[in-house]
Amino acid sequence: MKWLKDFFRTFLLVELVQGMVLTGRYLFARKITVQFPEEKTPQSNRFRGLHALRRYPNGEERCIACKLCEAVCPALAITIESEQREDGTRRTTRYDIDLSKCIFCGFCEESCPVDSIVETRILEYHAEKRSELLYTKQMLLAIGDKHEAQIATDRAQDARYR
Amino acid sequence: MAYFQNLFGEGWPLIWTLLKIVALVLPILGVVAYLTLAERKVIGYIQVRIGPNRVGPRGLLQPIADAVKILLKEIIIPSGANKFLFVLAPVLAIAPALVAWAVVPFSPELVLSNIDAGLLFILAVTSMGVYGVIVAGWASNSKYAFLGAIRSSAQIVSYEIAMGFALVGVLMVSHSLNLGEIVKGQSGGGFWSWYFVPLFPLFLVYLISGVAETNRAPFDVAEGETEIVAGFHVEYSGMTFSVFYLAEYANMILVSALCSLMFLGGWLPPFNVAPFTWIPGFLWLLFKIAFLLFFFLWIRATFPRYRYDQIMRLGWKVFIPVTLVWIVVVGAWMQTPLWLW
Repeated sequence: MKWLKDFFRTFLLVELVQGMVLTGRYLFARKITVQFPEEKTPQSNRFRGLHALRRYPNGEERCIACKLCEAVCPALAITIESEQREDGTRRTTRYDIDLSKCIFCGFCEESCPVDSIVETRILEYHAEKRSELLYTKQMLLAIGDKHEAQIATDRAQDARYR
Repeated sequence: MAYFQNLFGEGWPLIWTLLKIVALVLPILGVVAYLTLAERKVIGYIQVRIGPNRVGPRGLLQPIADAVKILLKEIIIPSGANKFLFVLAPVLAIAPALVAWAVVPFSPELVLSNIDAGLLFILAVTSMGVYGVIVAGWASNSKYAFLGAIRSSAQIVSYEIAMGFALVGVLMVSHSLNLGEIVKGQSGGGFWSWYFVPLFPLFLVYLISGVAETNRAPFDVAEGETEIVAGFHVEYSGMTFSVFYLAEYANMILVSALCSLMFLGGWLPPFNVAPFTWIPGFLWLLFKIAFLLFFFLWIRATFPRYRYDQIMRLGWKVFIPVTLVWIVVVGAWMQTPLWLW
């Protein structure tokens, strides 16, 4: 009897019709496409995007050239040179991140004792030459100045879980 | 009309025919262009995406952008290829798909050439389409192209038989080879007097063979992207490739048109009462063609590709016996008073 049932099921295209009903239902389902430049997917406040160097509210740069980030960086993407300033503090003269090496692991941010180097939510940046992916101290400080409000909120929101 | 006859003298009938051909071919190519957009949209919607929507309002200019892009591309002819046949193959592929439209009636009067053996003409012309594929595969001098051509020719030849037998049923019922007469034979009541009712198995066989004939998914082993790259047209680029592409879609439209003429009553409205009879017949035909084309896209979005031996099994061991049996059944049925068509 089973072979007869199978025969009719095959012959009347039962399973094919079921499949088409399924896809036909999806034809009218709500579409999940995100129209990228106009719409964006939500981001976590832990998002690890483009790097930035932060300053204290009085305008003094946070980085004290301890070179922990340089040491911890698994991709060897960070290069730091330091000197003693006239007031006796140690500061960087050079702070380069090679974004073509960076793997965005976030170790630099984890290791920083003064919350100077951070990874921001920025992901829409590009370069047309390799040299443009070498971010210098001035560029990183500029990014930090521009997005300080967002960076500070993200850090404040995440502080409870650290 | 008389003015032009005086102006061109003896040459006028030729010019008039050429004008009619242009008036037929240009809309077909336009429909082909927008069928590609419709395909991307429909498949996108079924996959819960929205498809192309950037070029022009709601993506309506996408086919034009695609055409401009592909026309500007370089035509690469492989150094080992047979140049003459390599360039000839796309022409061989698209010509039959366009020629067959000569006998397709859009309304009782509107047909380019109303010949009595229209159905035979179509069978003969569409069978030639396979040469384009074979020649393309051979002339490319590439193993993938050759494999694709072999697969495709075996498949097309197998399904041609089932398709031909499905049409024999139509011939028996309509007593005519003229496509106009076949449609007229379906008039009378509404959709229940169309031939797809008594010939339903043949209708399905014809439709599925049509998908196989045009090498569309799920019968697209000739292209088989995941197996043999792109099959018979791997080596083609630019204009020559786009002609193959046009041929595939022109064939789809042709199969849909023939299917609606022979099984779905062509230009006849589904109900022979007032609001339906107001719509001109050729719009009904276009509507039926559009519906079948949507069905083609729907099938492509639903089913995975057949394995090659399964395709052959379906063609030879299922479709041909089914059509043979149903032809006998219809023949016997026609001798009884229960025959209403």
